[in-house]
This record gives sequence, C-alpha cells and structure tokens, in this order.
Amino acid sequence: MSNVWSLWIVVLTITNIVLLLWVLLANRKQAVVEDDQHDSHDEVKTTGHVYDGIEEYNNPLPRWWFYMFIGTIIYAAGYLIVYPGMGAYQGLSFGKNKAWTSASQLQAEQVQAQVQYETTFGEFAKTPIPELANNVDAMKMGSRLFLNNCAVCHGADASGNPGYPNLTDKDWLYGGSPERIKETITLGRKAMMPAWGAALGETNIANVVEFVLKRAGREHDKTKALLGEPVFAKNCAVCHGADGKGNQQVGAPNLTDDVWLYGGEPQELRQTLRNGRNGVMPAHEQMLKPERIHLLAAYVYSLSHEDAAQ
Amino acid sequence: MASHVTVAGDLPVYDFDVVRKFTIMAVVWGIVGMAVGVLIASQLVWPEMNDLFQPYSHFGRLRPLHTNAVIFAFGGCALFASSYYVVQRTCQAALFGGWLIPFTFWGWQLVIVLAAITLPLGYTSAKEYAELEWPIDILITFVWVSYAIVFFGTIVKRRTAHIYVANWFYGAFIITVAVLHVVNSAAVPVTFWKSYSAYAGAADAMVQWWYGHNAVGFFLTAGFLGMMYYFVPKQAGRPVYSYQLSIVHFWALISMYIWAGSHHLLYSALPDWTQSLGMVMSLILLAPSWGGMINGIMTLSGAWHKLRTDPTLRFLVVSLSFYGMSTFEGPMMAIKTVNAMSHDTDWTIGHVHSGALGWVAMISIGAIYHMLPLLYGRQSMFSVKFINIHFWLASIGTVLYVCAMWVNGIMQGLMWRAFNQDGTLTYSFIESVQASHAGYLVRLIGGIFFLSGMLLMAYNMYRTINQPANQAAVEASDQDRLHASAVGSQNVLGGLS
Repeated sequence: MSNVWSLWIVVLTITNIVLLLWVLLANRKQAVVEDDQHDSHDEVKTTGHVYDGIEEYNNPLPRWWFYMFIGTIIYAAGYLIVYPGMGAYQGLSFGKNKAWTSASQLQAEQVQAQVQYETTFGEFAKTPIPELANNVDAMKMGSRLFLNNCAVCHGADASGNPGYPNLTDKDWLYGGSPERIKETITLGRKAMMPAWGAALGETNIANVVEFVLKRAGREHDKTKALLGEPVFAKNCAVCHGADGKGNQQVGAPNLTDDVWLYGGEPQELRQTLRNGRNGVMPAHEQMLKPERIHLLAAYVYSLSHEDAAQ
Repeated sequence: MASHVTVAGDLPVYDFDVVRKFTIMAVVWGIVGMAVGVLIASQLVWPEMNDLFQPYSHFGRLRPLHTNAVIFAFGGCALFASSYYVVQRTCQAALFGGWLIPFTFWGWQLVIVLAAITLPLGYTSAKEYAELEWPIDILITFVWVSYAIVFFGTIVKRRTAHIYVANWFYGAFIITVAVLHVVNSAAVPVTFWKSYSAYAGAADAMVQWWYGHNAVGFFLTAGFLGMMYYFVPKQAGRPVYSYQLSIVHFWALISMYIWAGSHHLLYSALPDWTQSLGMVMSLILLAPSWGGMINGIMTLSGAWHKLRTDPTLRFLVVSLSFYGMSTFEGPMMAIKTVNAMSHDTDWTIGHVHSGALGWVAMISIGAIYHMLPLLYGRQSMFSVKFINIHFWLASIGTVLYVCAMWVNGIMQGLMWRAFNQDGTLTYSFIESVQASHAGYLVRLIGGIFFLSGMLLMAYNMYRTINQPANQAAVEASDQDRLHASAVGSQNVLGGLS
C-alpha cells in the first residue's frame, strides 16, 4: 500500500471517530437533568418545535448509553493500536512475536495441529500394517481418514462402485500386500485398457467376450468361444496372461474370478473391449503424508482380512 | 407555544393519491414476497418443491426474487408511501415535483415487475441484493433521482422553521441508497441482459458488501427509523423522548454504517486492515443503533397503558424491541471470533429476519394501519380485532422463525468446526444438513404464521377502503382530529403544559 493511500485511510478513520466524539460530547454538555428526574417529564422542556402535532423533549442522553458509546470507542481505539487497521500500520509487536496477521495466525495454528497430529500418527507409523490392522483405536481413525478421502469413489463401506474397485474382497488389481496397498495410495495408479474396436472388429470382439465368459465359468456360446480363443492368445494374453489370471504388476485384472470392475454383462464386456478403459487412482502423497497413508493402508488391509479389528 | 391545531386551518391540500397507491402496493408486494419466502422455505424442508416448474421454480432463482420482493417491493413501497406522507405533514407542504410524483410510483412498479420476470428467467448480475441486470438498474436510477427531487423539493417548500428528525433519516436513506446503487451496479454490458461488474476480485467483493451492508443500514434501517420517528410519537400521542439523542445517534449511525460492510468478508482474501476496520466500526455501531430504539421506546413513557387497547401501537413498540435485539446481535456477529462460528450458518438468516420481520415489516405494518384510515377518510380500520390477531400472528411467526435459525445456526457452526483428535472432521456437511431439518420445518411454520397475518391485513385493508360512505363521512383534510379519535387517544398534546 502506498503512503498516500495509507494516509488517506488513517485520516478518514481518525477524523470520523473524532467527529463522532465531538458530536457526542457536545450534546453531553446539555445534560443538566439528573437521571433520577427522568420519569417526571413535566420537568423536561421540549425544544419548542412542533411538526404535525409532534413535539420533542430535550431529555439528556441516557448515562448508561453514553458510557457504553464511549466504551466501544475506547475498545475500537485499542484494537486499532494492537491490530492492523490503520492503513499500512502493522499493529503492535510483543517482544519476539511480530505483529499479528491473519496469515501468521493460520501458520501458527497449522504448526500446532501438525505437532498434535504427528504425535498421534507417529506412534502408529512405527507399527507394521498387519499388526496395526488389529488395533481398534487406530482402525477408528483409519475409518475416518477413509470416509474423508476415499469414500467418495469407493463408497462409505468400501464395497466399490462401477469403475471403482471393491476393497473388501480378496481380488486385487495391483496386489493386496501391505506394501502394494501403500504404494497404490501414495503414488496412485493409472490403468490402461486399450480400445480394440478398430483393431479387432465387432465379430472378433464378440468371440473374445464369449471366450472370457467361458474362462470365468459363465454361460457362453461354445462356437464363438472356440473362435475367440486364438484372438485372446494373440492380443490379450500379453497383459492378462495366457490363463487369463491377470498381472498385478501392470494392474491387468484377473478375468477368471467373475469380478468385473465395469460390469460383467456380455454387452458391458464388449463395450470395455471396443472402447477401452482408463481407470485412475489419484496419488495421495502430497495430501496425506506418509504417517496417514500408513494408517489408511492398514485400514484398507483390514477390510479384506476378517481377523483384523474394524 | 405553536401548535398544529392553530395552523390546521390553512394547511395545504396534501397529495395523498400517490401515498394511497404505494400503501396498497406495499401490502400486495408484501404478500407476494412473503409467499415466495414460504415457498423457498418449504424447498429447504422438502427439496422436491424445487421441481414445481423447473428451472424457474428452482431455489437459486426464487431466493433473489424473495429478497428483492420483500426488501425493494414491500419495504420500498412502504418507504415511498410513508416518506411522502410524513414529509408533507411535517413540512406542511404538498409534494413537489409534478409528473415526477406519479413517475416514481409507476417507475418503481415497473422495476418490481421486471425483477419478478427476469429473476426466475435466470438473468442476474450475481450480486446479492443487487441482482437486477443493467437496464433495470438504469431505470432504478431514474426513479430514485426523481424520488430525491420530490422529497427534497418538498423539504425546500416547507412551512415549518426546522426539518423534523424523521426527514433527516428519510433524506439520508434517499441520498445514500442513490450513491450505493450507482457505484455497486457499475458494470460493463455484454448483451441487453448480461453484464460484468466494473470491479474485480477482492475489490469487487468489498464494493458489493459496502453496498450490501448499507442496503441494510440505509434502506432497511435509516429509512425505517424515519418511519419510526413519525408514527411512534404520533400513534402514542407523546413527544419524542430526546432531541439530543436524535442528533447524536443520527450522525453516528449514518457515518459509522458506511464502514461496516467488510464484516461480511472476515477471514477472506480481503486485507487484514480492512477486516479490522469493519469489525471495530460495527462494534461502535451498537450505541448509535440503540439510540433509535431508546428514543422510540422512551417516547412511550407515560403512554404505556395505550398498549392494552391499541394493537397498532403494539406493532410499533415490538418492532423497536426487535430492532434493539438485532442491532445488538449484529455487532456481536461482526466480532471476528464470533463470526468464525456464525459465518455461512443459518444464524445469519435468523439475524436478518429478526430485523426484516421483527423490525422492518412490523414497523411498516404499524405505519400502514395508522395511515390507511386517514388516507381514505375513515373513522378507523374496518376491524381493530383483526389488527390484534395480525399482531399475534406476526409476533409468533417472527419468534418461531428467529429461534429456529438460532438453534440451526449455532448447531451448524459447532458441527462444522468439530475435529477428531486425528484432525479429521467429526461431521460431514450432509450430516449438518440432516440435523437442520427440524429447524427448517419450524422456520416454515413461522413464515406461514407471518404470511397469514399479511393476508388478514389485506382483507382488513380492502374492507376499510370499501366501507359504506356513511361511515366515511369525515373529510380527509381534517385528519388530525380524526386520527386522535381513531386510536382512542386523547389530544395529542394532552399532558403538556
């Protein structure tokens, strides 16, 4: 703020408050009637003006009101000395503490919260995940972290939504070991099922889908499945494996367990093949920090381990 | 001592035609605005009510319609009516301005109708209480300048030596609203129904809330204090309590309100110094605001017994109590640490309605019940009993409304700031919405109470205006004696030496 603007604010503020005090005190001088006489209005004179039959008494300012007014002005003056308000004036600094700013208040609160929460999370961070999954208190906190950060996609009960995996079953796209879960939360995942519509054509897509249904142990068209098998071996086995059991290193789903991220109806599977799928799990490294991710991973781990406390 | 009785013989013929028109429209728009209020209150209880006539019936479009209708249509018409009435009678001069006088009426009605059409259609400048798009803003400016010419022209023409305190407040309201409206509505038009604010970022927010809070301070406070300073002493038949207090609280009120807008933007991107100034000036505002309440309520000393028989006076006195309550609440909510909890909660809605229903609407209703029989040369309102029923409907409605919002607001504030020991939020937002449901229902019931009172008022008004001629034998120009008998009071100068 330039000095001119700062001066403008200071002068306006002080002038207004001084004028206010002047009006208040100037009218106080006429307060000749004591408070205890207020009730007998015959003692009080009117101003002598009459407007449409309305007259005006000239009662003095009520004393309590006068002092309340003065009190608020004193408070305001004090506040404007201690805190920033008068243009570029920063407010008072006490000893080592610099003058108050809203930014410094926020920072101080964040530091305090950091210390408080890190003590809480720090202890848990030292405990291995399978053990932590049995700690009831830790899992309560884990569940709140989950509700605040994960439930919007995976659901409050973690049972997933179309496109968002169920975390309570034993089926893992990228692995269900404590380390792999942590890695998934920390760095996120980007799945890439390519679109095969142009490369394979509708006939081949229909045949491959029947073959996949056969592998999953579902009802299928035997002729088409037979025709689909070589197409699968040539195009799909690279990621999903010759046996169709998937590859957790690249996040290629197991196609034999009848668990379907984007729906298991034949038309849904054909849709997946035709247009591909690009699932994204966002990275939480910056948002949650390692201690919370450790706790969250333990909670997610506990969801598919019935022996763990929840 | 000069008395109005001695000059009554050569009083000018007052222009009451425009006052009658504005008075009737105040009641009509009051019903419309409050009915929309009841509808949007029901949408918060039952969200399906949004789907009545989508997208026009959506809360987001009807809420500005509600606020514009009650503030500018109902409140505006009540202010036009009462200021035209008061300025003539206290200046003993007929209105100045010729064709400008009917223009202010028809122009203002046109503004209201245009608002009622464009807001549901989704045309908005997105500035709260200033949603209307630029062509309507220009029309408002013309009407408002005409209003100023009529009002101040009449003051210039006055036959009294001094200017009565009611006219100070009306005058401050007219001048300041003109400045606020022109500055805040400055915009760059893109098409006929679309414009962008002339300001950007935090400066735009500051200009908006400088306007927004002074819409409260001048439109809803100074204007209605003008109303109070005429109708309370007139209806009570007592002199105003303290001329000195009038002077001090007038200058304090109008100079302090201008600073207070930034308390709407505490803990925002606004610079710290602006927030501090807004907070301390809001605190200083407590005493000037209470000055008006004291002057009104103390005017009744020596006439308290009239409250037993005069429901119109009850409206006026209870409105002052609500004024005192909400002007205490306001400075408290402007304190940063209180605002940290109250901000964005229903407490704010409760605070506004404590002022809007309790103060603005009740004082207007009292003033209209005072004026109507006089404007139409009737002995009294068609039914004083109905006024009394209306009083209770309005009081109960306001109390239900305000209490429900207090409970909801404080509960929401506490829920939103509740943390677990691990730093996570204890409640999700939707949990606070679910917990507010009961309060929303109570608020709706309060609103229905208030609206039904207004409907009763409309019926009472209709019957008063259409009373058989033999009951309306008294000439309208002889209103002072008429008024004294209408309210059952003694000579308005009774008890004075």
